[in-house]
Amino acid sequence: MEILNFLFQGFAVALTPFNIMMALAGTFIGTAVGMLPGIGPVNGIVVLIPLTYALGLPPESSLIMFAGIYYGSQYGNSISAILLNVPGTSSAVMTALEGNAMTKKGRAGPALAMSAIASFFGGTVSVVALMLFAPALAKWAIRFGPAEYFALMIFAFSTLSSLSGKNLVKGLIATLIGLMLATVGLDPVSAVDRYTFGQLKLLDGLDFVVVVIGFFAINEILRYAENIHQDQEVFTKLGRVMITTKEFAMSFWTMVRGAAIGFFVGVLPGAGGTISSFVAYTTEQRLVDRHGTFGTGDIRGVAAPEAANNASANGAMIPLLTLGVPGSETTAVMLGALLGMNITPGPLFIANNPTVFWGLIASMYVGNILLLILNLPLVGIFVRILKVPGWFLMPAVVAVSFVAVYSVNNSPFDILLMAGFGLMGYLLYKMEFPLASVILGLVLGPLVENNLRRAMSLSDGDWTYLFSSPISIGLWIAAIASLFLPLVIKRFSAASTVADEMEEVELVEVD
Amino acid sequence: MKTKTFLLMVIALLIAALAAACAPAEEPPAPAQEAPAQEEAAPAEEAAPAEEAAPAEEAAPAEEAAPAEEAAATGDFTPGAVECIAPANPGGGWDWTCRSAGQVLSDIGLVDGAVKVTNMAGGGGGVAFANVVTQQNDNDNLLVAASPATTLRLAQGQFGEFTEDDVRWIGSVGADFAVISVAKDSPYQTLEDLMTALKEDPGSVNFGGGSAIGGQDHMKVMVLAQAAGIDPLTLKYTPFDGGGEAMTAMLGGFIDVFPGDVSEVLGQLEAGEVRVLATLTDEPMGGKLEGVPTAKEQGYDAEWIVFRGFYGPGGMSDDAYNYWVDALGQMADSPEWQEQLQQGGLEKIVRLGPDFDAFVRTQITNFRQLSQDLGLIE
Repeated sequence: MEILNFLFQGFAVALTPFNIMMALAGTFIGTAVGMLPGIGPVNGIVVLIPLTYALGLPPESSLIMFAGIYYGSQYGNSISAILLNVPGTSSAVMTALEGNAMTKKGRAGPALAMSAIASFFGGTVSVVALMLFAPALAKWAIRFGPAEYFALMIFAFSTLSSLSGKNLVKGLIATLIGLMLATVGLDPVSAVDRYTFGQLKLLDGLDFVVVVIGFFAINEILRYAENIHQDQEVFTKLGRVMITTKEFAMSFWTMVRGAAIGFFVGVLPGAGGTISSFVAYTTEQRLVDRHGTFGTGDIRGVAAPEAANNASANGAMIPLLTLGVPGSETTAVMLGALLGMNITPGPLFIANNPTVFWGLIASMYVGNILLLILNLPLVGIFVRILKVPGWFLMPAVVAVSFVAVYSVNNSPFDILLMAGFGLMGYLLYKMEFPLASVILGLVLGPLVENNLRRAMSLSDGDWTYLFSSPISIGLWIAAIASLFLPLVIKRFSAASTVADEMEEVELVEVD
Repeated sequence: MKTKTFLLMVIALLIAALAAACAPAEEPPAPAQEAPAQEEAAPAEEAAPAEEAAPAEEAAPAEEAAPAEEAAATGDFTPGAVECIAPANPGGGWDWTCRSAGQVLSDIGLVDGAVKVTNMAGGGGGVAFANVVTQQNDNDNLLVAASPATTLRLAQGQFGEFTEDDVRWIGSVGADFAVISVAKDSPYQTLEDLMTALKEDPGSVNFGGGSAIGGQDHMKVMVLAQAAGIDPLTLKYTPFDGGGEAMTAMLGGFIDVFPGDVSEVLGQLEAGEVRVLATLTDEPMGGKLEGVPTAKEQGYDAEWIVFRGFYGPGGMSDDAYNYWVDALGQMADSPEWQEQLQQGGLEKIVRLGPDFDAFVRTQITNFRQLSQDLGLIE
């Protein structure tokens, strides 16, 4: 009851015309910056911080706008990923994989609509969870030490095999390439440089944006150039714009699970949107993909990562507000902005600033609805981008990619790197290596390495430390289960030929 | 027909996209046309009360400001399009330094228009340093944010062939302070308890901080250990990704001691979740750290001050250098800067021009010696 009371107070804050406007502005800006590759919510917020100070906005209004930018961008990301196969950030890679496959089948409309609905769903479910469990979850996030993070990463890797398609060995090689790329830069523990060839610009490692845009956008363009004489218009069919009730019903539980996974992973500082969208996707693939349609344009493959990455954006607010620990770059900037308004996020934040916290929660309900209202009608307009002839669209994508990559670090070197990765991505694609596995290896690599090394440093090299807490044991069991569960499920369900094939793959993997 | 319309739409979109894509790093282009317009309007509103307030409280500095500016301007240098490079991603200390100083410099009229903040992350500041030395060596309108992280890396030779002589050290305008913090249920009540435990078995205490081995947080505890006559190399230190993660690890009981900065522990300190055993400062601190003794008071001669300042390109003209030294001095004395410092949880420690240059060189020499003593460099 107390919560309801607070929530009503929150709505009193969030529903003032001014704050509704801020939420609307935030979600709109968020969608826009998310849509453009390379620039993300961080940039949007950074540009607006001085403005909020200068206008003397109350903290709740600023935070409402910033949060709007954050979750709005998680949706915006999916637009370019689905339409052009250009994921702006690594958290949209899975959406690109499945959503762009749908686009190629002329189903861009339903993919975008599903993305908007799943984002709304993931956002709303996670706000409810945020509201009910924020303080308790903060305590849960603290329980995650190096050993637990390491186990979580192993769990994420265990789900990888399903991404590999038919050839498990290629999947493993792709992951290892990703892990290898992850070692470029300063060794995070001892600050010794690795594989930098004396280049200062490589000291911080490879930027995800550079690799992702190279792998997807440049690769896409090369593939288009390959067929340039065959079809002038890349995509001709636009098809339906909305999803059917059947598709919605089919995706419902997928969205529920995606939101849950996204939220819990989002709560952990440092894990974030990419891992949550990967895990949500691969989990769904294992649970519901009976006919091997994932990867070929299955709408559930869009619903899962989209619900997850929006939920994780909300989950990330928990460590920020209740611990004062930013879990991502975006929340780090928000932390700076809050400090600038004389608000110190931490255990006392909710008690000291009820207006800000509950106003934010209420505004997230409002903002998610706004996002849906804003974006569903726009789907029809967005898909028309596909009507632009390829001879114009593809060079435009190249131009935007170059500018985006340059803007990350103002570095021409990054553009060369991107071109290199584009070529590499194209070759890997031609040899049928799963590119998403490379990206996941790159994202997970530092987390696996750092947490393992931290665990070893803290325990003086005692390996049993990795299995010493209930959470880590639970995650190890989950990892093992995710390797064997598909086998069990298949044994009990009627085995189709596809399933048989899958089973063979699984057996190889178990060996 | 339709194709044509859409073509036009896409071209428009593309132009917008290009402009916006330039924005994050360089700030002005697209948003600049809207944002600064509003920003200019807003400070105007704010500037009015500030001006009213200033003569009332401190008539002298306000009056001083104007003539000094003219004097500097007559010194053959007027700032043009001023840029401040934050050698890291948004959200950290360097970013804060550039953005708050940039805002105040332009609010109090020492710079015409907005200061453009460029985030140039990489190599712990090395990428920005190399860029300034090799590409922008004679840019009179360039400031780069610096802190002991910069001087420590220079001392350890991590910026490749570049050294402290390649740039001009302009001044520091604020400082954060190092503290030794433990969780509230830690067995260590005082710094003495901690040092006794360390003397018995240096491996029994898990230190964890936000920087790599040999980085700032590690150096803080090594300096402390050295002051207590403990071999610094026997300490157990685990690096995390930033102070926030180290703090979380301490709250979760995975590490015992977090040698962070004041700004990193303040939130948890207020909530009573952490205890500060000592500040690594010269004098005891006030505010929320009232009553916390310094390490020196407890018998360990260790100090660590996280200055926030700027350097400029090595080829910066003397006129420009003098202008910026003067401008930073005026800025540091302004009430607007006081407000920024307070919001950022920092203290006002100002060193300018040759004074700052000497300070930086001494610090680098000390760091170099220390790193050699500690076996981090040869």
